[in-house]
Amino acid sequence: MKSVRIAGGLGFYGDSWQPIKASIERGNVQYVTSDHLAELTLAILQKDRLRDANLGYTRDLAPMLLDLLPLAMPRGVKFVLNAGGLNPLAAREVLLNALKKAGLHLKIGVVLGDSVLEHLDELQSMGVSLAHMDTGEAIAGVREKLLFASAYLGARPIVEALDEGADIVLTGRVADAALFLAPMMHEFGWRWDEWDKLAQGMVVGHLLECSGQATGGNFGGDWRAIPDLAHIGYPIAEVWESGEALITKAPDTGGRVTFDTLREQLLYEVHDPAHYLTPDVDVDMTTLRLEEVGPDQVRVTGASGRPAPETLKIVAGYADGVMGQAMLGYAWPDALAKARAAAEIIQQQMREIGLKAEETLVEYPGYNSIHGPLADPTHAEDLNEVYLRIAVRCADKQEAAKLGRLFPPLALSGPPFIGGAGGMLEPRGLLGIWPTLAPRGVIEEYIRVSVEES
Amino acid sequence: MKQQLVYLAHARSGDKGDKADLSLFAPDQAIYDLLVREVTAERVSEHFSELITGKVERFEVPNLLALKFVLHGALNGGASRSLRSDALGKSLASALLRMEIDE
Repeated sequence: MKSVRIAGGLGFYGDSWQPIKASIERGNVQYVTSDHLAELTLAILQKDRLRDANLGYTRDLAPMLLDLLPLAMPRGVKFVLNAGGLNPLAAREVLLNALKKAGLHLKIGVVLGDSVLEHLDELQSMGVSLAHMDTGEAIAGVREKLLFASAYLGARPIVEALDEGADIVLTGRVADAALFLAPMMHEFGWRWDEWDKLAQGMVVGHLLECSGQATGGNFGGDWRAIPDLAHIGYPIAEVWESGEALITKAPDTGGRVTFDTLREQLLYEVHDPAHYLTPDVDVDMTTLRLEEVGPDQVRVTGASGRPAPETLKIVAGYADGVMGQAMLGYAWPDALAKARAAAEIIQQQMREIGLKAEETLVEYPGYNSIHGPLADPTHAEDLNEVYLRIAVRCADKQEAAKLGRLFPPLALSGPPFIGGAGGMLEPRGLLGIWPTLAPRGVIEEYIRVSVEES
Repeated sequence: MKQQLVYLAHARSGDKGDKADLSLFAPDQAIYDLLVREVTAERVSEHFSELITGKVERFEVPNLLALKFVLHGALNGGASRSLRSDALGKSLASALLRMEIDE
């Protein structure tokens, strides 16, 4: 039976592409599919695009491909990447130039149409409320502050680009798992209503989309039993025409592929496992089976699908204030007591200078900055060291910067035995996220696919 | 007898907007049944009451011996607007493992 082997690429913008080399060289893959866009990433790209209209894509794209293509091209390996971010055309331009300079000739497909900010008025005039999909809140309160709005597209436009012969397909926002379904659709020609096969494809995509999280990274079980994370292998899927799949990794790489590493990834960020809603199919994970069939080999069967939802998800982002933050460390004895005393000094001074903060957060890294109120206080009074971190949400950068300037004097005029005074941290713009829904038919009208050769 | 979840199960968490998404995994059927009985949406809601502003939903995934919890209003508005060190809620899973249940 015909099969296709797909390598999981990056799991986010900033992830390492070194492990992909082993997948190409020793994993016998035909595709590398790479997810550069976490929910948060669009916020980062939006800041880039505000600074320079030619940015807004993930800038790891060209360096990564220039490093991988010498291995990939002789083996005919193709790439699907959502590195286009908020500006897929600019991403292609940069990549075309880089490939030309390197003397490489490849066809690059681009998928456009996910960015719907300029269509929001039109959508509203058609009666689409764009209300917050979780809270039901009306969009009016944030409408003017929106900086981007991206619809989660499905696999179809990527399949179109692959059918037209693209060697590399660049997209903006596409449902992460759909990036992986696309090469399966292209290879097998499954119908778009073979729901169980589409569901299997999406499950495979979801297992591969977070790179090392499928192969022993960020593993909540016995993490000590995971070998050689320094040379972790990223996940590879072999998918058969029937929809059955095997998840593995390249030989002689670190990490593990087991029932446990995969079930952690399978349920990651899916909410209702019986209705994992993707643009192409409503996936039911409660019917599937994960079976260890060999070392680092897990068979995936039995996912079931129901018809694709009538709506597509849009995630928009809006400016929501600026964060100012500052940190300073305190040593034993009485480390936490001293950090708390310093917090009081700062908060008193904040009041006296009239620092306008909509929200103030006081944390003690080394004690409770990660678990917050759930931190165990048993040894709190005898810590070797602890930091004070204060963060504020302010209306603008100027206001937020005032917090940082209160900290340096603590060095000479606060409680004793400090360390880690690392200079002032730059205030950072905060983004509120607005998830909403729109009818599929309307969004799909905006989609455009084009293929160009370098 | 009381037992802390960290000795019974493993967990992973992630984010979607202002929702945290926690999965809890049992090593076998007996412990899965125990988790289903003891780690209810209500208990989890109470456990995280000082951190979250919304409801907690629970989904059972018997084929993976797993429970899934979705915590609403859990991330200080969401990762990109949160002031917290754990803006993405990556460690909320381990905070869940602090819970003690009756064996």
